[in-house]
Amino acid sequence: MSTMSPAPAEQKRGIRPAQSKMPQAPRAQRESPLARGGALIVMGVFTLYFLVPIWWLLVAASKNRSQFNTTNPLWFADFSLFENIGNLVAYRDGVYLKWLLNSALYAGGGAAIGTIIAGMCGYALAKYRFPGRELIFNVVLGGVLVPATALALPLFLIFSQISLTNTFWSVFLPSLVSPFGVYLARIYASASVPDELIEAARLDGAGEVRTFFTVSVRMMVPALVTVFLFQFVAIWNNFFLPLIMLRDETLFPVTLGLYAWNSQVNQIPVLRDYVLIGALLSIIPLIIIFLLLQRFWRNGLSAGSVK
Amino acid sequence: MSAPAASLTDARGGAARPSKSRARRSRAPKVRVHHTGAILAFVLPFGILFGLFYLVPIGYAIYESLLVIKREGTFGAATEVFGGFTQYFLVFQNGPFWQSIGRVLMFGVVQVPIMLGLALLFALLLDSPLLRGKRFFRLAFFVPYAVPGVIAAIMWGYLYSPNLSPFSAVTENINFLSADLVLWSIANVVTWVYVGYNMLIIYSALLAIPTELYEAARLDGAGQLRIAWSVKIPLIMPAIVLTAIFSIIGTLQLLAEPQVFRSFSSAVTSTFTPNLTVYSTSSIPNFNLAAAFSVVLALATFILSFTFLKFTQRKEAQ
Repeated sequence: MSTMSPAPAEQKRGIRPAQSKMPQAPRAQRESPLARGGALIVMGVFTLYFLVPIWWLLVAASKNRSQFNTTNPLWFADFSLFENIGNLVAYRDGVYLKWLLNSALYAGGGAAIGTIIAGMCGYALAKYRFPGRELIFNVVLGGVLVPATALALPLFLIFSQISLTNTFWSVFLPSLVSPFGVYLARIYASASVPDELIEAARLDGAGEVRTFFTVSVRMMVPALVTVFLFQFVAIWNNFFLPLIMLRDETLFPVTLGLYAWNSQVNQIPVLRDYVLIGALLSIIPLIIIFLLLQRFWRNGLSAGSVK
Repeated sequence: MSAPAASLTDARGGAARPSKSRARRSRAPKVRVHHTGAILAFVLPFGILFGLFYLVPIGYAIYESLLVIKREGTFGAATEVFGGFTQYFLVFQNGPFWQSIGRVLMFGVVQVPIMLGLALLFALLLDSPLLRGKRFFRLAFFVPYAVPGVIAAIMWGYLYSPNLSPFSAVTENINFLSADLVLWSIANVVTWVYVGYNMLIIYSALLAIPTELYEAARLDGAGQLRIAWSVKIPLIMPAIVLTAIFSIIGTLQLLAEPQVFRSFSSAVTSTFTPNLTVYSTSSIPNFNLAAAFSVVLALATFILSFTFLKFTQRKEAQ
């Protein structure tokens, strides 16, 4: 994180860095040491709250079974993390890797396609005037307030009519729809894609669709990355839809797979180790994606909240 | 790097731009719709999918909820026939369902203010000159958001358990998985995951406030607390409302965490939350009743978040 160029937030205020460098000493003294100490203690305590569970997971995943209960739970014993990972991956012909791959396909593919179509729709709602535009936008906005879990059961009933339950598509297709993405894309497009630019592209003879993909998309990148990221997380975390749709273990996303293992721990105790290691491995991809894309999504986020 | 920053400034300019768009709208009636093909190409992909996977399921749920199963004698073939509001009468007579609604409402009344209060506090601290190492804290607090609800629940399930927990000194004496406490143990899991996310939304809104707005107050000798209370919080109200609405929706939809906790605690029943009721009713299977549950729940969610939105908007207007 620190290797990245200064966060846009700090940069945005422009005056801030210079200002905070020069008069920092006097201002720092003006804030009472008590307040500074208090702030630090609050943040320190909550840092422990947020990070200790993950630390525990890392430590627990690195122990072999006999040490799990007998050694200090918050510190390493013999470091057998990689051996454990090897066992996890080998268990039942690598079904865990299959789950990770499924999650990556559901979330990566779904978020990528979903972002493009939400971006196009939001762009059209922002940049073109046509009858029914406000109606469409309001219906989509209503869709933001309809929770995805409420749709899981009717989707299951519909998919079972056409024998599509327990298939890849039964989880993938519904994940493509992101009303919130349309909302964010519209707000951002109307604010950051100048009409003059589209007009100029028209004069150059570029078609509307081509203008969108070559010119406008570039201006919308922060919003689109935000939409992608949040849809990715939403699909990656989605539980109800796969729970209700899928029976075949090889189609499970990693969350559902780990859930299934965790509910069998009492019958098959060895699964407890695999659940913990699997849990640790499954959160690493998301952390990496967030770190890599953070300079984009933080901008897009503020655009959405300004309204 | 500078490109996103520049476009963000535009975004802010765009927020205060009603006059420009009004000018454009007044011109609109004279202009006929151009680029119909392009508009269709942009809108249809989303429109079709939205129709298929949002509108049709909603309609289908309502349709299913109006049917009842009729059997010819005890062992005869079952057929679905129109039953009017029969299923809804069953929903309203269903004690466990309303108990579960009451449970998540209680959960929301306690958990949402705590979570958003913490998020606001952290965001204000990150935005104040009181703190150093802001980037570290911002990141550390956000990391739990990368943990899916199911995984977080599994993890905390172990942390709560009397014999496996690293804090067994505490968990041996307080049973976090007991019938009295398990709801609040789940509330802690949800808080743990979402505080950082809400903090970032609020923090982004804080960063969008021009410094000049409170520079004057500072020169007048206002302390950080005063500035936060009288200048910053009123300005970021829209962001707070947004996080509150999403939190309310999330609360009513609770499913993954309690479902996981069923394997840790027998106190979490199959009707612990409304969505668990939907799930267990549909696995009986009684799809018509489950559909009616779904419709009532979606309606309740919609009404609650919509009312909250209108209520806060009116309050802001005053």
